[in-house]
Amino acid sequence: MAYLDHAATTPMLEEALEAYASAARSVGNPSSLHAAGRCARRLVEESRERIAAALSARPSEVVFTSGGTESDNLATKGIFWSRRAASLNRTRVIASAVEHHAVLDAVDWLNTHEGAALNLLPVDDQGRVSVADLEDLITHYQDEIAVISVQWANNEIGTIQPIRDLAHLAAEHGIPFHTDAVQAVGQIPVDFAASGAAALTVTGHKLGGPVGVGALLLGRDVACTPLLHGGGQERDVRSGTLDTAGVAAFAVAVESAVKSQQEYSARVAGLRDELVTRVRTAIPDAILNGDHADRLPGNAHFSFPGCEGDALLLLLDAQGIACSTGSACSAGVAQPSHVLIAMGADDDRARSSLRFTLGHTSTADDVDALLAALPGAVERARRATAWKTPR
Amino acid sequence: MSGGVDSAVAAARAHDAGHDVTGVHLALARNPQTYRTGARGCCTLEDSRDARRAADVIGIPFYVWDMADQFHENVVDDFVAEYAAGRTPNPCLRCNEKIKFTAVLDRAVALGFDAVVTGHHARLGADGLLRRSVDLPKDQSYVLAVLTRAQLDRSVFPLGDSTKAQVRIEAAERGLAVADKPDSHDICFIADGDTKGFLERRLGSAPGDIVDSRTGEKLGTHNGAYSYTIGQRKGLDLRVPAPDGRPRYVLSITPKTNTVTVGSREELAVDTVTASRAIWHDPAVSVECSVQLRAHGDVVPASVVVDGDGLTARLHEPARGVAAGQAIVAYRPDPAGDIVLGSATITAGTASADLQTAGGVARA
Repeated sequence: MAYLDHAATTPMLEEALEAYASAARSVGNPSSLHAAGRCARRLVEESRERIAAALSARPSEVVFTSGGTESDNLATKGIFWSRRAASLNRTRVIASAVEHHAVLDAVDWLNTHEGAALNLLPVDDQGRVSVADLEDLITHYQDEIAVISVQWANNEIGTIQPIRDLAHLAAEHGIPFHTDAVQAVGQIPVDFAASGAAALTVTGHKLGGPVGVGALLLGRDVACTPLLHGGGQERDVRSGTLDTAGVAAFAVAVESAVKSQQEYSARVAGLRDELVTRVRTAIPDAILNGDHADRLPGNAHFSFPGCEGDALLLLLDAQGIACSTGSACSAGVAQPSHVLIAMGADDDRARSSLRFTLGHTSTADDVDALLAALPGAVERARRATAWKTPR
Repeated sequence: MSGGVDSAVAAARAHDAGHDVTGVHLALARNPQTYRTGARGCCTLEDSRDARRAADVIGIPFYVWDMADQFHENVVDDFVAEYAAGRTPNPCLRCNEKIKFTAVLDRAVALGFDAVVTGHHARLGADGLLRRSVDLPKDQSYVLAVLTRAQLDRSVFPLGDSTKAQVRIEAAERGLAVADKPDSHDICFIADGDTKGFLERRLGSAPGDIVDSRTGEKLGTHNGAYSYTIGQRKGLDLRVPAPDGRPRYVLSITPKTNTVTVGSREELAVDTVTASRAIWHDPAVSVECSVQLRAHGDVVPASVVVDGDGLTARLHEPARGVAAGQAIVAYRPDPAGDIVLGSATITAGTASADLQTAGGVARA
């Protein structure tokens, strides 16, 4: 199988698996007071320190969660609630139009259920947010803005956002800025302290750790109302028994991914560039979506005019190639990607898109396998689109 | 794969037969929650999950295909337009004709598949003849008779030799969780089963007269002629009783004047059925056969003549409740399962002079 869907989830690193298995064999709730508990707690705290060091945060700023979706919900809703509680007219939320649904649906919920005013920052035809647009909104609404959330890099098209500029702009005006860095950590340099962000989402399974564990890096002075109430295990911001084995494996994966990031990025981007060049040669009218230069190293996202992405996916899947239409699903039905629509693509171009994402296990063989199957699949998918034309 | 037991077992049998089978669930509603949920359902998220789990158990790939636009246009809108035109559509038949064996089949063929396999209860053997299922109460040949030769040549119905009960037992033996899932009934896109309310919401209220067929006397009013079906007795809500005190039936619906005409049971009887859009498989175009005039309806002997697109059936016994828009399906009785000769869409049922003498009146 040629696995070209690393942005969906990537295989666990060997060292993370070992850390998981080793920790999972031991008993102990990190909140227990006895020796077994202290042993588990020690592992959790060491893991917290490793993650903090890898991402330039303080250990106390690492709040363990169940992953990206929880971290995004906690940051957007939690900071919104706290900011509104502190000043009742602070009810405005700003997010980019190309956020992952974990942010987009959370801020939409704030809008429909909590009376939040919502501004979605538009993007250009490469999927990038403009700093000037955020500046305009801040000038207009400064005192009303509760929280701003802009992803570090886009999960579908791979475009990297100007996070430093956006976050510093927000910080200058005293507005907490959250960034979903799920796709960025391990792929490109991510430095929480230098970024100027108040909160940052990271998750395990996109960088070689397990699914079901992640963290919200939350600045020490950023007030955040909990989503989950209970034992208050994580800074009283997040409750729930800590997943010692998951946290240990997550930390190993973060550390390893960050340490090898430069080397990884050079190798995978090289492979990706080869994939892009060969796809464009084989399918001359294929459109590479997203920023051609400033994008995630493993991401290649195309529109294949005249094809439906889900037909292509089926045909490639049948030949052992795993990729993604890169869009949200409900009951497995591909909706036209909100990201491509926000970039100005029409419905047909949005539906004709396919995402190939490379990762740490990718090799030249994967690219060869894709190129062996793709031209035939595109030709066939084009014929399958013809049935839509009235006869 | 609808998420029901029939399509799951059909897929399993096709897989066992050595075919390279891919499971496809059709998403027919833009918002799945708006279609029927629960025991009577199809098209819901739960059904999609059930279909996926069945595919997992069988060991075949599974995808959801979005056919919502095509379904809406060809089935739902057509359903409403047919009622608005005073006819009585069969949406399951239309879905087979336009969606399952056209949109899905064409796409599948373009993607490299050879045929569509469904869980319909009908037989389609090596002789290419479409026959009734061995399970007569579950037989679905009536809603498949609209398929052309080319469509039938790319169709596989693995369940025709089994009863529904046998299919359920087999599903349980195969470990398919849908083995005891209740049958779906009625119309999948009318969530509450209230067809009249659905049509009212779509077509609005259009009050008109209910008149007596013999005297032309106004007997009452209705809120929309589309709510009535030929042969309907219940829900007429007439304040004036019939002189003979016997029940009255809907005899005809005239959209042009927005009139519903009612009369006696005898007047409902017709012995001549004309139909259009004929799909005919038999070499002979003038045949003695049996005809079925609605889903699960009675079968009557008839002489059928096909002339190009048109079809005329002279019934050897009068039939009642013959509604324009329904299909007439011709069968040749056969010990190995009655054979579908062809079908057409009913345009009118009329009573011959003989039948009128016997008590009926002619109607268009």
